[in-house]
Amino acid sequence: MKMLLRPAISLFVLLSLITGVLYPLLVTGVARIAFPAAAGGSLIIKDGKPIGSALIGQNFSDPKYFWGRPSATAPQPYNAAASSGSNQGPLNPALADAVKSRVEALHAADPGNQRPIPIDLLTASASGLDPHISPAAADYQAERVARARHLEMKAVRQLLAENTEGRDLGVFGEPRVHVLRLNLALDALPQ
Amino acid sequence: MSNHAWLLLGLYLGILLLLVRPLGIYIARVMMMENRVTLVTRFEDTLFRMCGIERKEDMGWLKYSFAVLLFNALGLLTVYALQRLQVWLPLNPQAMANVSPDSAFNTAVSFVTNTNWQGYGGESTMGYLTQMLGLTVQNFLSAATGIVVVIALIRGFVRHVSAGIGNAWVDLLRVTLWILLPLSSLFALFLASQGVIQNFAAYQDVSTLEVTKYDNPKLDAAAQPLRDEKGNAITEPATTSTQTLPMGPVASQEAIKMIGTNGGGFFNANSAHPFENPTPLVNFLQMLSIFLIPGALCIAFGCIVGDERQGWTVLAAMTVLFVTFAIAAICFEQQGNPLLAKVATGDTLVSTTALADGNMEGKETRFGIADSALFATITTAASCGAVNSMHDSFTPLGGLVPLVNMQLGEVVFGGVGSGLYGMLVFAVLAVFIAGLMIGRTPEYLGKKIESHEMKMTSIAILVTPLLVLVGTAIAVMTEAGRAGIANPGAHGFSEILYALSSAANNNGSAFAGLSANTPFYNVLLAVAMWFGRFGVILPVLAMAGSLAAKKRVAATAGTLPTHGPLFVTLLIGSVLLVGLLNYVPALALGPLVEHLVLWPAR
Repeated sequence: MKMLLRPAISLFVLLSLITGVLYPLLVTGVARIAFPAAAGGSLIIKDGKPIGSALIGQNFSDPKYFWGRPSATAPQPYNAAASSGSNQGPLNPALADAVKSRVEALHAADPGNQRPIPIDLLTASASGLDPHISPAAADYQAERVARARHLEMKAVRQLLAENTEGRDLGVFGEPRVHVLRLNLALDALPQ
Repeated sequence: MSNHAWLLLGLYLGILLLLVRPLGIYIARVMMMENRVTLVTRFEDTLFRMCGIERKEDMGWLKYSFAVLLFNALGLLTVYALQRLQVWLPLNPQAMANVSPDSAFNTAVSFVTNTNWQGYGGESTMGYLTQMLGLTVQNFLSAATGIVVVIALIRGFVRHVSAGIGNAWVDLLRVTLWILLPLSSLFALFLASQGVIQNFAAYQDVSTLEVTKYDNPKLDAAAQPLRDEKGNAITEPATTSTQTLPMGPVASQEAIKMIGTNGGGFFNANSAHPFENPTPLVNFLQMLSIFLIPGALCIAFGCIVGDERQGWTVLAAMTVLFVTFAIAAICFEQQGNPLLAKVATGDTLVSTTALADGNMEGKETRFGIADSALFATITTAASCGAVNSMHDSFTPLGGLVPLVNMQLGEVVFGGVGSGLYGMLVFAVLAVFIAGLMIGRTPEYLGKKIESHEMKMTSIAILVTPLLVLVGTAIAVMTEAGRAGIANPGAHGFSEILYALSSAANNNGSAFAGLSANTPFYNVLLAVAMWFGRFGVILPVLAMAGSLAAKKRVAATAGTLPTHGPLFVTLLIGSVLLVGLLNYVPALALGPLVEHLVLWPAR
């Protein structure tokens, strides 16, 4: 046992320094030089101030904005410092209640809209920080946004198209709309 | 299954199979460069001299086991100490408090055993130094431990009347430096280029477009939420117009988290968090990196025993099981939740796309159903445990797939090293059963399988079901165990069964609604993780020792060939037989009941 102790401790310290200090520092160094924006959180800067990250969703509940996925983070939705899903099982009555109140909120903001509601607008995302919604979910909200902003549908649809991405390389993931970018583009339109 | 899902699965398998052979041959070379002298071994010798290691020493299985245990015990102490002292240590810009003793113990065991079960939320608990020097290091070293154990077992088959099974120190160093580190460095840089953050900055406040109104729970002096007479939390209205973005050295940890089948996320949401897994392309590469080394080790096994067909046979058995489970998971999740198809509000019935679009609760839009369900299958078939969707919100049968994957003993690809040694134990069982059927002494790879090997096989196969089932029974029978349940009904039982299955099989994923950061679960799950890991490693090393000491016998006409479709079938049969016999009753009480309640009309 004693004979094993010295090699064990020295090897442990050696490998800890290599994998726990050198390796992260090296990756940080290279990333800072080669991909500073990506490694720094893909921040969106407006007027010199960071107003969000291109990867992290924000909370929207005003009818004039497109709304994102419901978020289960606590205490406030889209709390980026405490990512979390709802972890509600399919039979949990709390899930049915939450979905019902989301349906009511959508209908209250847009009483005339009787189309079937895309399920991603009613269910919480895994991280609580999902920056995207499906193209169908954006389309469902387009008329409401146009009305609230007194815009023509054509202008809204064009912005929607500009902020819609297809599958990565045509095969990976799902088509999606970036909610924060879309809303920033709406705000940038001349009123 | 949609065309997209078929294409995704096909591409995944195709690219994986292209990658495993070159990497497998490389691994075999690195691990078998025993006494050659090259530039690399000269460099190694300098390190060995510094550490007081005698490179040429050949250890018996007992010494090898002690070395591995001691090395892992040092890891345990370090991770525990870093968590308990982090508030006084550097690189903690958020001033994260010291972690409680039971949670720190659980996390230390969890990362040392390659489980990476997480009772804590990373971004609100761990300082950067703890993440790097504690958790990232164990991501490497626990992976290295798994690989050296399987290499020692393979040496047992190859060696002829030998007292030793290799040198644990040399093996650990080689796996870490020449296999894990280069792969992780490349992958980490790719991740950082795609948006996975990598920095040491403090968390960044940004001002949001819209002011968020929410209910803030009132706290008492001890920072515990205040409750009214009915037990509901008392809240007060609050608003915020800032969002706090977490930062940290994520990419470097993320890379080894996948490559070493560790699975412990930097953040609470793990690979669902956009800073860990920003795009579907990154997601695809994360999925590939989980199976990369477990698949390559099968080929390395074939190379070392001198018959590549042996490796492909094991890989084929794993692949058949995996594809079956992946298709099942994708189909079940695509079915969606029938309870959400029509929502009654007031007098009206509102339709949704719940059945057409699948079960999106707990899934990210960019991944959708197919990329999430495939990830869930991969991460539980391998003992990775990273998640890009919340398994707790899966449909009953969609959630059954990850559960069964773990309960089969993490041998469908499994953890790095641990998956292959687990599968080789099943191969020994399969030759034994076949030997009984045809009435010959069982042999595997030229070694006679005798009573000692069968005893070790039985221990290795039975220790995890014992931990899972006894642990689950204890948890459901005690107040402290039931207190953690989040979802009512049969799903609550599934949460506990999942936690124990995940811990004892060293997976680390969770039905995360379960409140497991309590002294009860922290201790129970730590015990399950430790014995689920070393309760298998020790009998495997003992078997390696006894196999190495045996003569190699030449194959004759009466030897059962252990390659080809017949043996693949035998191997799959043994895995399913043991797994299903152990767990069907427990599964019937959880996911199966839940499925029958959810779809009463069918």
